[in-house]
Amino acid sequence: MSAPNSDFDPVEVSPLHAENVAAARDAALAAIAAARSLEQLKEVRLAHAGDRSPLALANREIGALPPAARAEAGKRVGASRSAVAQALATRQAELEAERDASVLVEESVDVTLPWDRRPTGARHPLTTLSERIADIFVAMGWEVAEGPEVEADWFNFDALNISPEHPARAETDTFYVTSPDSGLVLRTHTSPVQVRSLLQRDLPVYVICPGRVFRTDELDATHTPVFHQVEGLAVDEGLTMAHLKGTLDHFAERMFGPGLATRLRPSYFPFTEPSAEMDLQCFVCRGASVGDPANPCRTCSSEGWIEWGGCGMVNPRVLRACGVDPDRYTGFAFGMGIERALMFRHGVADMRDMVEGDVRFALAFGMEV
Amino acid sequence: MRVPLSWLRELVELPAGEGGRAVAERLVRAGLEVESVTRVGQVSGPLVVGEVLELIEEPQRNGKTIRWCQVRVAHADGPSGPAVRGIVCGAHNFAVADRVVVALPGTVLPGGFEITARKTYGHVSDGMICSVRELGIGEEHSGILVLDPDAPVGADAAGLLGLDDEVLDLAVTPDRGYCLSVRGVAREVATAYDVGLRDPVTSAALPPGASLSGGYPVEVADPEGCTSFVAVTVSGFDPAAPSPDWLVHRISAAGMRSISLAVDVTNYVMLELGQPLHAYDSERLRGPIVVRRARPGERLVTLDDVERVLDPGDLLITDSSGPIGLAGVMGGASTEITERTRTIVVESAHFSAAGIARTSRRHRLGSEASRRFERGVDPTMQLAAAVRAAGLLARLGGGTVHPQVSVVGAPPAAVAIEIDPDLPARVIGRELTSGQVIATLRAVGAEVIQLGARLSVSPPPWRPDLSDPYDLVEEVARLVGYDTIPSVLPVAPPGRGLTPAQRRRRAVGRALAAAGFVEAPSYPFVGPADHDALGLPGDDPRRRTLQLANPIADTAPQLRTTLLPGLLATARRNIGRGAGDVALFEQGLVLSPTQPGAVAPRPAVTGRPATAELEALYTAVPDQPQHVGLVAAGAAERSGWWGPGRPVSWADAVAAARTVLAAAGVPEAAVVVRAARLMPWHPGRCAALAVRTPDGDELAVGHAGELHPRVVAAYGLPERAVAAELDLDAAGRASLEVVPAPRVSTYPVATQDVALVVGQDVPVAEVSAALVEGAGELLEQVRLFDVYTGEQVPAGHRSLAFTLRMRAVDRTLTVEEATAVRDAAVAEAARRTGASLRRS
Repeated sequence: MSAPNSDFDPVEVSPLHAENVAAARDAALAAIAAARSLEQLKEVRLAHAGDRSPLALANREIGALPPAARAEAGKRVGASRSAVAQALATRQAELEAERDASVLVEESVDVTLPWDRRPTGARHPLTTLSERIADIFVAMGWEVAEGPEVEADWFNFDALNISPEHPARAETDTFYVTSPDSGLVLRTHTSPVQVRSLLQRDLPVYVICPGRVFRTDELDATHTPVFHQVEGLAVDEGLTMAHLKGTLDHFAERMFGPGLATRLRPSYFPFTEPSAEMDLQCFVCRGASVGDPANPCRTCSSEGWIEWGGCGMVNPRVLRACGVDPDRYTGFAFGMGIERALMFRHGVADMRDMVEGDVRFALAFGMEV
Repeated sequence: MRVPLSWLRELVELPAGEGGRAVAERLVRAGLEVESVTRVGQVSGPLVVGEVLELIEEPQRNGKTIRWCQVRVAHADGPSGPAVRGIVCGAHNFAVADRVVVALPGTVLPGGFEITARKTYGHVSDGMICSVRELGIGEEHSGILVLDPDAPVGADAAGLLGLDDEVLDLAVTPDRGYCLSVRGVAREVATAYDVGLRDPVTSAALPPGASLSGGYPVEVADPEGCTSFVAVTVSGFDPAAPSPDWLVHRISAAGMRSISLAVDVTNYVMLELGQPLHAYDSERLRGPIVVRRARPGERLVTLDDVERVLDPGDLLITDSSGPIGLAGVMGGASTEITERTRTIVVESAHFSAAGIARTSRRHRLGSEASRRFERGVDPTMQLAAAVRAAGLLARLGGGTVHPQVSVVGAPPAAVAIEIDPDLPARVIGRELTSGQVIATLRAVGAEVIQLGARLSVSPPPWRPDLSDPYDLVEEVARLVGYDTIPSVLPVAPPGRGLTPAQRRRRAVGRALAAAGFVEAPSYPFVGPADHDALGLPGDDPRRRTLQLANPIADTAPQLRTTLLPGLLATARRNIGRGAGDVALFEQGLVLSPTQPGAVAPRPAVTGRPATAELEALYTAVPDQPQHVGLVAAGAAERSGWWGPGRPVSWADAVAAARTVLAAAGVPEAAVVVRAARLMPWHPGRCAALAVRTPDGDELAVGHAGELHPRVVAAYGLPERAVAAELDLDAAGRASLEVVPAPRVSTYPVATQDVALVVGQDVPVAEVSAALVEGAGELLEQVRLFDVYTGEQVPAGHRSLAFTLRMRAVDRTLTVEEATAVRDAAVAEAARRTGASLRRS
């Protein structure tokens, strides 16, 4: 801001002389051109374009001129100042580019240096695969149901139409707790969760039950006494085997790719009637390897189908034991092994890799499967 | 069940040229599981019947004596060679005029063993005389297979021996007991091909002049356990009579060993009809056969030479000497057929499935007979089976069948099932006319009568598994074909999504993995040695657990109450495999330490159990909380080009435990950490973690810290390994469903540092808690930035330096205000912990 000028006669003011303005401008341009660094340029800026620079002072005097002289002086000083400002900006850009080209380049590092300072973690693929399966069903409105691993005999067998004398009970290789009289076993399948769900929930019931189950097999390349299953159960009015098939087809597509189908083969389970084994169309060869010895498929052993699990319509006896009226409600159930799914989906060759807790196995899968 | 295709062809008019694989495919479609289809013999080339014309014994220098034989293998010389060949043979169990199997040059025997004419022991041996073992049809070493004397010389021996036959191996599910017989499988094949079945049961008739009384005396004292018992006697049997080749081949193709003619015949009829039979030496029986329950203390030596103590639940075959057989499971040694038996009593009985199952399980004794009875045997065919076996015995072993046959009991009447003809369509989800339903049920062997709008279906006697309408639905479904069922996706009602507990578990898993831990689930089996390795005192509640009756390993018969044994063993395994640093975690159920005693009831399954029964069931199942455990050893941060690393310390374990609680939704302010002493942790480096619930309750959730050096040594881990274990279910009770939002002030922060001198034993957590409460709501954050002990502070004390950050939501705090906050904070710390401001 210019202050009222009362101390001296403006006519006497020399800074506004044309030659002085031109000299100040030229001195500024020369100094700018001579600046060798951004620091020097900063000083030049202060000296030649700062508040106390000759051109700034000249500018301040313009207001004191008689009105007739102001326009011309203003034009002269303004042109000089803008020439200086432009030169400053240009030089600034030049010097910054120079700095970037030299100094920052000197600071460059080898960005391929490894940074494994903190160890990496991972989740186990059995967990993430179970979650993925659960999510497919949760997306359809189903709910995830869970239950205990030490389970009452009644939930694991009796309520599922497996009486104490039933041949299926002898075949399940059950771990018994303390003595058979305790009435407790390690659950041999996740099916007791179905019974608990039917007893505890309101109908209709659509649940998916992932969990750990136990059978008295020794650990080897294809067996483990502790493994994981996922079971689905739907009980509603009017459900049929066609709905079972539709659910499995949808599941297969979401899990293994569009267009893949499932196949049902008659089988026997005490808790379903009719019962079926479920095969999944091979997601690798889609059946192309069948009868083509030149192009064998390792995933399905060139069978075209992969055995995936068991399923069927819930046996009315199971519904009755859970207090569900089989004349009004029907249901379907299906179940499959997570280890087995992981084996064929990811080509796991040895069961032990999944159960021994070697970090190299889980680390290969990371956080999701 | 192994079923030779040739045997099936006897009962079913299969299309000519239909191979085993094609038949297997049809059976699979009908719901039978065919595990394999194999050829009996892996033989190709000229395998013929030869007659030994002459043999010369030639002792050798190596002590062996070989036979130089002349064998006729054709009626006349032909293009393939002379009719009589010279063959060297090392075995001695044949004689001149015997018919033997000769592998001529060009034959390939099992194992790819190709026969050529070769020079040996000074002769050119122009072929080989074969043993059972060399032909791949048995394991006997005894020597050369000698054929029936009427085997035609020069004939194809492979066909004669059934080596060109195929065998279908079926895995029979418990509901299909009838398929443990050739008859049952043949019925399925006949249905699958829609061709006729020649049922061997209808063709077996009583001998002329037979009477159903006056046979070997039989009493049945337990008609529930034994619904019918038939005894037929064959006398004049020649115990030396051998089993004919066809019989031997057939039962060995079906997977049973040939033992003697009498035993082979009973096995043959069992394989054919599914009716287990037993043959007694009549002369070794004492008095009438009585079927009754065992008496306390009775014993029996079964055919496997095991003396068994009998249970009053066991059903027995007895005579006046006592028990002579475990009914339906295994016979006794005392009445067994011997090489002198001339009079045979054939038992053909029907026993209740449940009773046999219990006895078989009680004695851990399974047999071909018990497998069939457990799954249900046709209750109407005992007489037919007995007569068929007796007839075969008489035909093949000489002797006569007594016309007096003992028959006790009568088959139960078939129970008809009423079914709505629409039910199959309603369950299967495709259209089915009632005509289709009736036709399929008749194909199964059922009698179907229309009763108005409903059907009355009497299942055939060999299908005891068909007892309610749904059983019939399954029969219809499998016979119309599961591949005809359409695919329809049902629409479930909207669900609630994952529960908070399920979301918490996922969040904790992700947080720990992101913090560098690798998930490593382990088996829940532990033993006292694990608890010893953890250093748990004898009365530690974690030793109170459940025991398995049949553990995989005797050293680990208990169920885990803590995740640490599994994690520590897994850490050791990883280090043993060369991992330098390990950080592992596991989430899983553990057994809450329990008091033994609760017994789960077993309510009836005819309807929903009563509320009290259900309560008893739920409470008998012990609590199994969801735990998360972690173990780390080695470096928390590795050394590298950036500089030195940092070993894992107790603080990493506590930090990880805090990470778990944060991921579980527990606010930081609700976490309480205190010093604790608990094995397996270092007594001075163990933190107990607790959470405060929104209701103000404090719940213990677990421990974290450095492991006790003895535990580290016991597991062979790197020094200063750390661990933590938390009860996620308990932690969840402090997690907030809805987090209240903070007010974010945009005014400048006022920062003041204070150094407080406190006694050495005063925990930092108490000092900072006092600071927080003393400062009031203007305090935004308090952070410890230094701990000092040394000359500047009195002995037994330490100096804690905190930064207090203060801010108001509505104004810039003045220096005076900030100082007042600080002074209030310090005053509260001084009051609670004796802290004094350190003047520098």
